[in-house]
Amino acid sequence: MVSGIVSYGVYIPRFRIRLDEIARVWGDGEEITEGLQVFEKSVPDLDEDAVTIAVEAARNALQRAGVDPKRIGAIYVGSESHPYAVKPSATIVAQAICTSSSFTAADFEFACKAGTAAVQACLGLVGSNLIDLGLAIGADVSQGAPGDMLEYTAAAGGAAYLIGSRDLAAEIEGTYSFTTDTPDFWRREGMPYPEHGGRFTGEPAYFKHVAGAARGLMERMGTAPEDYDYAVFHQPNGKFPVRVAKMLGFSKKQIEPGLIVPMIGNTYSASCLIGLAATLDIARPGERIFVTSFGSGAGSDAFSIRVLDKIDDIRCGAQSVRDYIGGAEYLDYAMYAKHKGKLRI
Amino acid sequence: MTNQAPRFWRSIPQRYNLSGTHCTSCNEYFFPPRNLCPNCRRGAHLEEYTFKGTGTIITYTTIYNATEDFERLTPYNLAIIQLDEGPKITGQIVSSSAGVKIGMRVRPVFRILGKEGDRGIIYYGTKFAPLLEPSCSEEKTGDK
Repeated sequence: MVSGIVSYGVYIPRFRIRLDEIARVWGDGEEITEGLQVFEKSVPDLDEDAVTIAVEAARNALQRAGVDPKRIGAIYVGSESHPYAVKPSATIVAQAICTSSSFTAADFEFACKAGTAAVQACLGLVGSNLIDLGLAIGADVSQGAPGDMLEYTAAAGGAAYLIGSRDLAAEIEGTYSFTTDTPDFWRREGMPYPEHGGRFTGEPAYFKHVAGAARGLMERMGTAPEDYDYAVFHQPNGKFPVRVAKMLGFSKKQIEPGLIVPMIGNTYSASCLIGLAATLDIARPGERIFVTSFGSGAGSDAFSIRVLDKIDDIRCGAQSVRDYIGGAEYLDYAMYAKHKGKLRI
Repeated sequence: MTNQAPRFWRSIPQRYNLSGTHCTSCNEYFFPPRNLCPNCRRGAHLEEYTFKGTGTIITYTTIYNATEDFERLTPYNLAIIQLDEGPKITGQIVSSSAGVKIGMRVRPVFRILGKEGDRGIIYYGTKFAPLLEPSCSEEKTGDK
């Protein structure tokens, strides 16, 4: 059975902080932003969390293709910032988008790749004919301790994908995952901020897993980088996706449309899915997109996607990634600290 | 232990999606929902109706001194919005860098309405933001 993307939607909060402003507060030099290749990051409003972001992204996905929410048979929300430790985000999303009560739901967590794991779970249920439509969401309001390197990139955003087998805007031709036990980044129960292994997050974590999944999928499918028009890799900063693309043989031109981290930062579970949405916003029918996520801990999910004619019918049905990137309102560090709850009254 | 969860749970349809009622006899819409039409009384035919959530700001005020639950949000704008179907409701206006103006068109957005401290439930629901159109649909309109 041919399965794939029926519709997609994104949401990026409108507030931004420039990395220069964070560097000013902590006495770091300009080399920080140059080194990360990230210049500003999104900041949630005072009343936004991973659930509100997931709902806005899901509503955009439904609106884009005019899909009846009662068709949805599964909702999986991937995030590392679920507002409840116990109580699913997925049920709140479902109620907010008016699904029926006849659906399965769960929250996923796998650092930055929980959203693509949700896509794979929906693909399985659709492919085995157990459900008509699945809703896979990656949404985060990620955390970085004040003054830590993570604070420069930890951003907020969400992306939702309706996965089905008819009226497809894009076919998912294949998927492949690469997973090992690698402690490069973690957050213990009850701790407000995650910890990370510094340079250890690079070669043995990001590069090994992204390259492992990407090469595994291309080998299985008998494809090569030149068979794809676009490529999207997980974007913890602006350097890693560019470097891994070069390592694998993809060009800068292929990754350019989906490289959104310099403008909005690392949106964690939504990062690679927003990059894919930005690419779908401009892709033409017949073009192919190669996508590989990365989640610390660690694992990568790779996807081969072929864009279909239907994309032209749904493209303008909801706000694009560029719509959300434009119209930003900038905060200074004091307002940013208030928005992120770093100030305890 | 919380004693607020059932009260919140009962109003989820109204808070998340502005679920109200519509009298098909006189074509009047009600929010919050009514089970009696004051115009038609025994002749009423009421049906459930979910409001689109789009509307126009009738009037507004800016809150600088809020109660304890909302003091982190100050200053914030509270408006009376006339929904396109007719009813007027009170709601917070967010995401408006250009400020709030009487006559401004708004759309519903899903936000946190409040929290029962650090341990209790989180109340979600509807606030309002300026109405936006996708940029490529504007381009399409411009082409015509």
